[in-house]
Amino acid sequence: MKLSLGKWLLPAYSALALLFLMIPIGYTFVYSFNDSLKSNITWQGFTLDKWRGVCNVQNGAVCQAFGNSLFIGVVATVIATTFGTMIAIAIVRYRFKFRSQTSLLLFLPMATPEVVLGAGLAAQFLSVGVPKDMLTIILAHTMFCISFVVVTVKARVASLDPALEEAGRDLYGSAAQVFARITFPLLLPGILAAALLSFALSFDDFIITNFNSGAVSTFPKYIYISAARGIPAEANVLASAVFIIAIIVVVTVQVAGAAKARRLARLS
Amino acid sequence: MAVGAFADRGADLELVGIEKRFPGFTAIENLNLTIPAGSFFALLGPSGCGKTTTLRLVAGLEEPTSGRILIAGADVTNRKSFQRPVNTVFQSYALFPHMTVLENVAFGLRRRKIAGPVAKAHEALLLVELDHLAHRKPQQLSGGQQQRVALARAIVNRPALLLLDEPLGALDLKLRRQMQLELKTIQEEVGLTFLHVTHDQEEAMTMADTIAVMNKGRIEQMGEPQQLYELPKTSFVANFLGQSNLFTGPVVSTTSTAIAVDVSGQKIVVPLERAHRVSGEVTIGVRPEKVILHAEAPVQDTGRNVLGPGRVIDVSFSGVSTQYLVDVPGVGTLVVFAQNMVFGPAAHVGASCWLSWNVVHGFGLDDDPAQSPRFEADLDTKTIAQQRRSSLLTELEEA
Repeated sequence: MKLSLGKWLLPAYSALALLFLMIPIGYTFVYSFNDSLKSNITWQGFTLDKWRGVCNVQNGAVCQAFGNSLFIGVVATVIATTFGTMIAIAIVRYRFKFRSQTSLLLFLPMATPEVVLGAGLAAQFLSVGVPKDMLTIILAHTMFCISFVVVTVKARVASLDPALEEAGRDLYGSAAQVFARITFPLLLPGILAAALLSFALSFDDFIITNFNSGAVSTFPKYIYISAARGIPAEANVLASAVFIIAIIVVVTVQVAGAAKARRLARLS
Repeated sequence: MAVGAFADRGADLELVGIEKRFPGFTAIENLNLTIPAGSFFALLGPSGCGKTTTLRLVAGLEEPTSGRILIAGADVTNRKSFQRPVNTVFQSYALFPHMTVLENVAFGLRRRKIAGPVAKAHEALLLVELDHLAHRKPQQLSGGQQQRVALARAIVNRPALLLLDEPLGALDLKLRRQMQLELKTIQEEVGLTFLHVTHDQEEAMTMADTIAVMNKGRIEQMGEPQQLYELPKTSFVANFLGQSNLFTGPVVSTTSTAIAVDVSGQKIVVPLERAHRVSGEVTIGVRPEKVILHAEAPVQDTGRNVLGPGRVIDVSFSGVSTQYLVDVPGVGTLVVFAQNMVFGPAAHVGASCWLSWNVVHGFGLDDDPAQSPRFEADLDTKTIAQQRRSSLLTELEEA
């Protein structure tokens, strides 16, 4: 009796949970094909127009915001990943004064409520006299992304056997060569994961951006503002496109990884 | 030897007044050591004795607090690791996991821009009989194969000096034997100077031409394996390299050829040329396999030391030989190894017995008994093995 209950309860529960998680995504995707005029709340019929003319609505405001978000995400990710990786290596590999304090401080941006962080930064920029625009958004995003990069890369550095770098030095590799040929390639999976995480966080961020963006529009900000008077279906189109691209990337990586594992297994 | 060229042959290694202090402890104090070119030299000692630090200093992975390191007469103390004509086989092998076996072996050649790195790497892999696996990744190899790749990766560079950091530690017994033989063959073939660091006395004795026994940052004794074993200078060496029965007592008489020591009323004679100290309180000893067990009191003979009567308190059979523990009242517990020349043990627990050994087999230590207590609780190999086991267990639990 107990066994049969367990047999259907877990699958049913899992299916329900998945369904619950997928409904909003499914809704967004389906309503990107809605032949709506202003508000995209009721189903008006199927059309591909919104996908074809995604940048036409409101003089391309959706696309403008989307482009801004991409740009900010890429720049913040590159800066945060570079510095974050350097900090992570320093914290794990070197003993210096205030090392543990640095480590702790880097945790703070992740633990602080975003509202506080956003408001604090806005106040800072105001008192220093920096006008709010793209630059302030990038600065803000870089700041919180660095913490996530450090945490992600740090784990990877910690699991890297120092003997490997020593072996590199022992085998006539200069410091630069050892980094380029041993340390960096071995840290790369961690660095890439950190970069992806940074980009997702930056692209997605609304609260901190809203405090520090001034007149600049980003994709989350655009959605938030238009939610008051009805989000245009073009926003659904972009959101769906991002989702589909992400899925394609993940599936490709997984399939390639599995193929490689099979190849290696055949060899041995 | 300049970087960019192969060493034609091994080179002398000289350590002059090396000292290495870490925050809180001194790993090595005033180490002076010369290893002649072409020799197979082993640094033997328990964990924490400073042997691995010595190796890392030579490799350039640590900097000495003071002292100088010379390779082939050239001072390399201030040269970086990658500028020294030295290669290391690491304890963990440290093979680069993102490169194939071939790329691993060619790494050093490529860094030094030596012509034809791939062909030379293949040659080195042929030497360790792994060329057929050249295109695999290290994690697809067994422990023994990885060890051989690590060896090939080091010797392909023809270093003046090859450093081996307990490279056989992770292998099982049969593979160890095979690798020991292979290492020795390669050493003779290529004529390199080998500096081998190990805590395994058997490994050191079978492979090295010269052994230095290290303890607490100092070299206790150095010499050929047989000399170290037959005539240990300190109680640490006597107990770390094999087992010993040690006794302490005052010298009661001295002749032109021998000294006699009073051990709790029993007189034990040691040849003069085998005694490091000849007056006052001395520690003397004899190896367990040199001692013979008698069921009845043996006939007095000036050529033999006799102890007894005693009582057998433990018998353990190990195939080739049997180990007896004999308690001699007033003297202590002695260990006796006896070849199993007959079926079954020659004596049973509780049996009374006498012990004797040829006077020439005894040795007298250089230790001052007043400073080092009798049967000093220094680590013997068995304790080290146990410690290693328990440290491994805790490591596993933590992981």
